Amino acid sequence: MQPVVEMLNIRKEFPGIVANDDVTVSLNQGEILALLGENGAGKSTLMSVLFGLYQPEAGVIRVKGKEVRISNPNVAGDLGIGMVHQHFKLVHNFTVTENMVLGIEPTKGGVLTLRHASERIRELSQQYGLDVDPDAKIEDISVGMQQRVEILKMLYRHSDVLIFDEPTAVLTPQEIQELMKIMKNLQAEGKSIILITHKLKEIKAIADRCTVIRRGKVVGTVAVKGTTEAQMAEMMVGRQVSFHVAKGPYHPGAMVLKIEGLSVRNSRKLPALKSFDLEVRAGEIVGLAGVDGNGQTELVEALTGLRPSESGTVSVNGKNLTRASVRDRIDAKVAHIPEDRQKRGLVLDYTVAENFVLENHGSAPYSEHGFLRPDAILAHSDHLIEAFDVRCGEGSQSKARGLSGGNQQKAIVGREIDSNPDLLIAVQPTRGLDVGSIEYIHKRLIEQRDAGKAVLLVSLELDEILDLSDRIAVICRGEIVGMVDASATDENEIGLMMAGIKTGVAQ
Amino acid sequence: MKLAVRKELLVGLTAVILGLVAGAIFMAVTANNPFAGYFYLFAGGLMNVERIGNTLAMATPLILTGLSVAFAFRTGLFNIGAAGQALIGGLVATILALTLALPQVLLLPVILVGSALGGALWAWLPGLLKARFNVHEVVSTIMMNWIAYWLTYYIVPSFFKGAYETESRIIPDAGSLKLPWLTQLFSGSFINLGLLVALAAVVVIAIILNRTVLGYRLKAVGFNRFAAEYAGIRVNRHVVISMTIAGALAGLAGATLYVGYATSMQIGVLPSIGIDGIAVALLASNSPLGVLGSALFFGILQSGKGFMNAMTKIPPEIGDTIIATIIYFAATSVLIEQWFDRWGKKRRGGNTRV
Amino acid sequence: MFDIILHIFPYAIAFTIPLLVTSLGGLYSERSGVVNIGLEGLMVMGSFAAAAVTVALYPTMGAGAVWVGLAAAMFAGAIFSLLHAFASINLNANQVISGTAINMIAGALTVFIARTLTGSGNIQIKQGVPRVDIPFLSDIPLVGPLLFQKSYATTWIVLLLWAVLWFVLYKTPFGLRLRACGEHPHAADSAGINVQSIRYAAVVISGALAGLGGATILVTYSGEFNGSVAGLGFLALAALIFGQWKPLGILGACFFFGFAATLANASQAEPALKVIPEVILKVFPYVVTLAALVLLSKKSQAPRASGEPFEAGKR
Repeated sequence: MQPVVEMLNIRKEFPGIVANDDVTVSLNQGEILALLGENGAGKSTLMSVLFGLYQPEAGVIRVKGKEVRISNPNVAGDLGIGMVHQHFKLVHNFTVTENMVLGIEPTKGGVLTLRHASERIRELSQQYGLDVDPDAKIEDISVGMQQRVEILKMLYRHSDVLIFDEPTAVLTPQEIQELMKIMKNLQAEGKSIILITHKLKEIKAIADRCTVIRRGKVVGTVAVKGTTEAQMAEMMVGRQVSFHVAKGPYHPGAMVLKIEGLSVRNSRKLPALKSFDLEVRAGEIVGLAGVDGNGQTELVEALTGLRPSESGTVSVNGKNLTRASVRDRIDAKVAHIPEDRQKRGLVLDYTVAENFVLENHGSAPYSEHGFLRPDAILAHSDHLIEAFDVRCGEGSQSKARGLSGGNQQKAIVGREIDSNPDLLIAVQPTRGLDVGSIEYIHKRLIEQRDAGKAVLLVSLELDEILDLSDRIAVICRGEIVGMVDASATDENEIGLMMAGIKTGVAQ
Repeated sequence: MKLAVRKELLVGLTAVILGLVAGAIFMAVTANNPFAGYFYLFAGGLMNVERIGNTLAMATPLILTGLSVAFAFRTGLFNIGAAGQALIGGLVATILALTLALPQVLLLPVILVGSALGGALWAWLPGLLKARFNVHEVVSTIMMNWIAYWLTYYIVPSFFKGAYETESRIIPDAGSLKLPWLTQLFSGSFINLGLLVALAAVVVIAIILNRTVLGYRLKAVGFNRFAAEYAGIRVNRHVVISMTIAGALAGLAGATLYVGYATSMQIGVLPSIGIDGIAVALLASNSPLGVLGSALFFGILQSGKGFMNAMTKIPPEIGDTIIATIIYFAATSVLIEQWFDRWGKKRRGGNTRV
Repeated sequence: MFDIILHIFPYAIAFTIPLLVTSLGGLYSERSGVVNIGLEGLMVMGSFAAAAVTVALYPTMGAGAVWVGLAAAMFAGAIFSLLHAFASINLNANQVISGTAINMIAGALTVFIARTLTGSGNIQIKQGVPRVDIPFLSDIPLVGPLLFQKSYATTWIVLLLWAVLWFVLYKTPFGLRLRACGEHPHAADSAGINVQSIRYAAVVISGALAGLGGATILVTYSGEFNGSVAGLGFLALAALIFGQWKPLGILGACFFFGFAATLANASQAEPALKVIPEVILKVFPYVVTLAALVLLSKKSQAPRASGEPFEAGKR
């Protein structure tokens, strides 16, 4: 069987980093090849080279045996290579058709003529069972459908080699099943697929072979059938990985967080959270599971004071914080590990020391009479860097921007934990991190729970929720549709609840 | 921190040199001798005590408007309205000087406070509009500039008309920032107390930005308003505070211009110190000490260009052209920074990232 | 009442048209993702180029010189805008600062050159653009004399341009790609579109249009280059925001500003308006702009990627 795509000895550099170091990968005709690696290993970069978004410093690409130079996505498209990106590349206020024809617009005498294209899209959509409306505007359709638009884009341009970049991050377990079915269909129609992922379960479910990448280098290629998840994980990380964090039994204490009937509107004035109820006690971790976009963001914003609520109440330790400012909530011992560490959690142009006092710089001992106390700030920072294993080039004086994602997150986690909160809200705390950092942060969260703190964990990674939580709440369309004991449930049940198909409340 | 300061200084100096080179090219292309041109330009600013006094006097309002723009920039705001704020500050100063019969030792502080308040008010409104309604401050401050222009255009001739239609009455000595001993010290130049006000402002602003809680918060908002909001900092309030302080500084600049440097107020012109303040701030990378140096340099250019024109026929606009070119290079300083980074890497060898 | 309108209408139009063409330039630039604060400077450039070329060619070409002047203005604006394009697109400089630098350079450089050429900083042109009566249409009662008599030729050129620009933006591939670059440049990039090229084209177009705007002022009501366009470039920006980044909205906003600005002059013709102090009339357009910006703040439809440098590496 001849390989349909070969990438030989590829080297891709960015300033200060070698993202792909002598990487050789080949894709056989009609197979599904998984590209496995941790966040930041270099898999997406490699595929961006294949798709023509980047040019390699060295190496050769062969398509169907012929050596080619892929200088831009158009060339890739001409060669039959298409890519479904992790962050969709769709213009929000264009229609599906306009997005599809961008770059290859059909014209008559210089004027856009889109009707024929619309028809073709409708046909293709039916042929592959994708159910996409060509005249809908992107901002009006669901995330799942947007992804199908991306798939359709590839088919519209006659792609034979389809690259999927982390496609399941935004899907429920059921939608993931559907996507797997679509991919099998495509394979049956003769397409060859590369699946970029760090999710071992999906690789086992659908891939034929798997190439493992670690820190920019290829570790090896295995046949999926004969390889266990544990073996693949070990190749990915370089050592034995424990999938589960050690967790003792939990002893819930007094009620810390009580949310009653909370309703919140999102930025588009639509109701995002509808009459939401939730309780979190001291000494427990409550995990909030749900597909992205079902109200979690608005819930956290309402809890932390970043968004006003319409009705309902939020109390912490009996104190009503519903209308309280962000400052007041911080003073009420509510800590927040934000979803987006670079947007919310850090001022990247400040030093590590300045970031550590982001919330408490206004009070003693870090300031006095309106003047900052640099010595106290520095000492505090040195202490936290040690305590939370934050690796930074120049210590407390390093700019936060220069830290890796994992270390930035550890700094934020350290800051929030050090504030000795009663309620710790952790949102996507390990997003985009390497396995080492993930393990570390999971350990610290369990520590907090054991120390009697109330922890609300909001995450899109179901494994994380199942691993860490004592109780699991499932949110769907802005409401709680299920509340179960972690020990009494499994991924399937949670998945059904996330999709809104099943509801269940266990005491 | 030391390394960053040095890099900014290098970038600033490079921009200046490139601007001067560009100026030399302009001079040469229009059939003038660049060497003679620059000689008389700098001589005109520095040749003798009186000229130095004039240079300092011209730099004084620039220090203040430069601080105004730089301060707002640190909070992420573009204060294009320094001209209007200075105009209002100058208007208040002139009115107070012409209407209050107080001894100088009382009148001057009143004038300074009044002009600062006037400028502060004029910047407060755009700040508020930005904070509450997200109205872009570039457009709103420019609107305020023109409103100030027309207000002055009608108020001065209606109530304070001087010898001509287009200017106010001459202010009494008690209301002027010029002090006889100071003027004598610099052989009869335009130097005035405004210089001390400007220097004091540099110190105060530097302290605020680098050592206070307020400065920490303003800079946080400027770097990342989302993180600032997350941390409990009231972003909207700090936007307004930043603009208000910036306005106060520009208002003071107006006072030093209209009752310091000058002795009466002209209408029909938006003071150029507004736009020049932007140039000063940009060249200084928005640091207070940098503003001082930058304003002094511009002071030399402004002060010397008349002499240059008299001795060589080179149009005085070359001064503004050089300034504008320096700004363009400062704006594209990214390129200069990259050159320095690459040069630095070659010397150290290999990758610099952790 | 109608007499007031009849009297100020030509002034209002004369004020509106340069504003309109400049604002359209701003539209193209911003919708491709590049904020162009330098419209003011580009207008000055255009005004200068038109003045210099017209005066230089008048002895040989007479009345025809003004047309070459207009073309020169567009060319000068386009070339000068390359500075802003280079800084914003290749160097990822802060676009507001770059635009401000353009304004400063234009203001200083043009007067410098003018002084070298003529000794004073001003250039006066002997004859501007002709005023024409449109056949047939100017005979329509009421509307005819209002709209079609003694209208400047440039008015019709600009209105035609407006239609063409609207068409290109919404009905051609170039326009589709340009809008994509302003909303989601990475989507455009992965569709194989060269975002840099499109943005360069958009900025150059904005330079040409703004240059034409400055020249139009010169050849219609000003008659003289003096190094400044009195803030019209910024007013064009305000019109762009007021018009919500759409050609039709901009047309309305510019007409509004045109009439608001000329009301002050109208008070001289109409005694009824003399009751209002002149200062109020003069600041009226600026105050109204502020109020409009406040009212429109909630529904801002700014292009999403406007002002953000496009970096190919970011995912």
